[in-house]
Amino acid sequence: MKLRKLSTDVLIIGGGTAGCYAAMTIAQNSPDTKTLICEKANIKRSGCLAAGVNALNAYITKGCTPQDYVDYARNDAAGIVRGDLLLTMSENLNSVTDHLERLGLVILKDENGNYVTRGKRNLKINGENIKPLLADAVNELENVTVINHINMTGLAVSENRINGAFGFNVSEEIFYSIAAKAVIICTGGAAGLYKPNNPGFSRHKMWYPPFNTGAGYAMGIRAGAEMTTFEMRFIALRCKDTIAPTGTLAQGVGAKQINSLGEVYEDKYGLTTSQRVHGTVMENISGRGPCYLKTEGITPQQDDALIKAYLNMAPSQTIKWLESGKMPSEQNVEIEGTEPYIVGGHTASGYWVDTDRETTIHGLFAAGDAAGGCPQKYVTGALAEGRIAALSALKYIASKSIPEISEEKISENSSRAEKFLNTKGSRFSCEQLEEAMQTVMDRYAGGIGTNYRYNEKQLAIADERISQIETLTDELCAEDMHELMLIYELCERLTVCKILIAHLRARKETRWHSFAENLDYPERDNENYLCCINSRLENGKIKIIRRRLIKEGERYEHNDRQ
Amino acid sequence: MSITIDSEKCIGCGKCAEVCPGNLIKLDGKAYIKYPKDCWGCTSCVKECSVNAVKFFLGADIGGMGGLVYTRQRGDVLTWVIERPDGSAKEIDINRKESNRY
Repeated sequence: MKLRKLSTDVLIIGGGTAGCYAAMTIAQNSPDTKTLICEKANIKRSGCLAAGVNALNAYITKGCTPQDYVDYARNDAAGIVRGDLLLTMSENLNSVTDHLERLGLVILKDENGNYVTRGKRNLKINGENIKPLLADAVNELENVTVINHINMTGLAVSENRINGAFGFNVSEEIFYSIAAKAVIICTGGAAGLYKPNNPGFSRHKMWYPPFNTGAGYAMGIRAGAEMTTFEMRFIALRCKDTIAPTGTLAQGVGAKQINSLGEVYEDKYGLTTSQRVHGTVMENISGRGPCYLKTEGITPQQDDALIKAYLNMAPSQTIKWLESGKMPSEQNVEIEGTEPYIVGGHTASGYWVDTDRETTIHGLFAAGDAAGGCPQKYVTGALAEGRIAALSALKYIASKSIPEISEEKISENSSRAEKFLNTKGSRFSCEQLEEAMQTVMDRYAGGIGTNYRYNEKQLAIADERISQIETLTDELCAEDMHELMLIYELCERLTVCKILIAHLRARKETRWHSFAENLDYPERDNENYLCCINSRLENGKIKIIRRRLIKEGERYEHNDRQ
Repeated sequence: MSITIDSEKCIGCGKCAEVCPGNLIKLDGKAYIKYPKDCWGCTSCVKECSVNAVKFFLGADIGGMGGLVYTRQRGDVLTWVIERPDGSAKEIDINRKESNRY
């Protein structure tokens, strides 16, 4: 591999929603600052918004306040949130929405020019091209450079201070060492940890991008950064098979969740995100499945609107309706829960950050799905965090010069990649080990196969098996750079699995059904667990740390880091 | 859930390979999908293809019946064409300037 050394003021890892907006914020506030975005695919269609999105789910509508949004998110997460993070995010939701509209995003308005709202917090949009709009805006910025098709794999950290990061091109044999004054992690969350809904040909037909493999989490974990709330997994309730969103049906045409007897069951289990999944699981266990969203009886005009709405975000659902010859008005839409994901934009998993979104590593910031403590971000919340992290990074770099990355560090990182490329033949393929990991997680760490439940004994087995699979990755071989990327992605997922299992074991209660349902501790324990469960890798061992819940209005700083 | 690329129609421009969020499409003069099982189904590649060589389909394991989908773009209108296995086709126009109503 060729070695290419680069340097920049601010390095943004991941050019998705949060990453693009962080770059735009830097350019707007400090035009001379050099920013580099390193993106695994191409920012035009990378990250969560590749197919589009048809609502902005986080907006402070008329008559509501940012505090209302904090209260909603706190209730949905049964108390395990950071008020400081939620409030600072919420205060930015409307201004980033205005900005999106100025960039060309179409938002539905009434005859008086006011946004039409869906429920208390949502706006209706045409978001099919939301990512190209963001990408175009970024590509126009003078001092922002984008390198597409570069897979970032590790952080350069010295004495708990960021010096930059390492990565490689996904098709050409080039290894990158990038020195930076500050780094913002915008790599998204982690999918593909658990056996997916459709493990065969359509294994990647999942809710979350299958290409978000927890790279940012894994980099931070290995560098000793503190993580929070990995045990609050996210499971989406989706249209069966296509794993398309249900919100458009539930909120758009008022479709209720019903069981096979036609009974509305959602009131029985509660209306939080996890309760909706749990209710569906319980109805199936009780023999009243399959479950549906009741769309039969809606009008043909509603059919037409739904067909278009789905083409703008999840085209497979429209195709399914057209291929089957039955429109939603003629046939209820079957629903199911997805496999669990780790994603800080929906639940509270991710980096433990201070109020300014700095991680426990000096100069390393996190935003969007990578940052923890602040659930229900959705698109606008990710933009808001990208903005906050960028402004903090600018403050941080003010009097700093570009650090040196030692040759020793560079060679340590590049030689690992070289080893996989130079190995000829291995007992197991990367694909086999990925399947092994997903099977273990499914059976022993609460996957779809066990209705998302687990007990202490199962978690212990999961931990042991994941460690075994980790040792097998050492002997993998890569024929080309794409295969090298797949090996790194597998290793990232295994690292995330280890931390996730440790978190599941540390929260000895059931605070959220389905998201973290421990059969040995089936009740909520407010006396002992109304706190954040955090973790940090210390000398190869996972250390669990309990932290108090920070309230809105407080300014949280890391007081006990090195 | 995946795509097919018609090598007769493909002009080898590489735009589909450039935008695929999983880097799954490779070029060998013409574009081809190297990792069909790894496709997310985002249809980014379909929208990039100006000659309709790239078409999207649902895997049989998730209820696919053999239909193929491609898009045409004219100004603000994105037209989705769904070709059914019996040869019939349905076209749906979406104006990018009009919002979703749900």
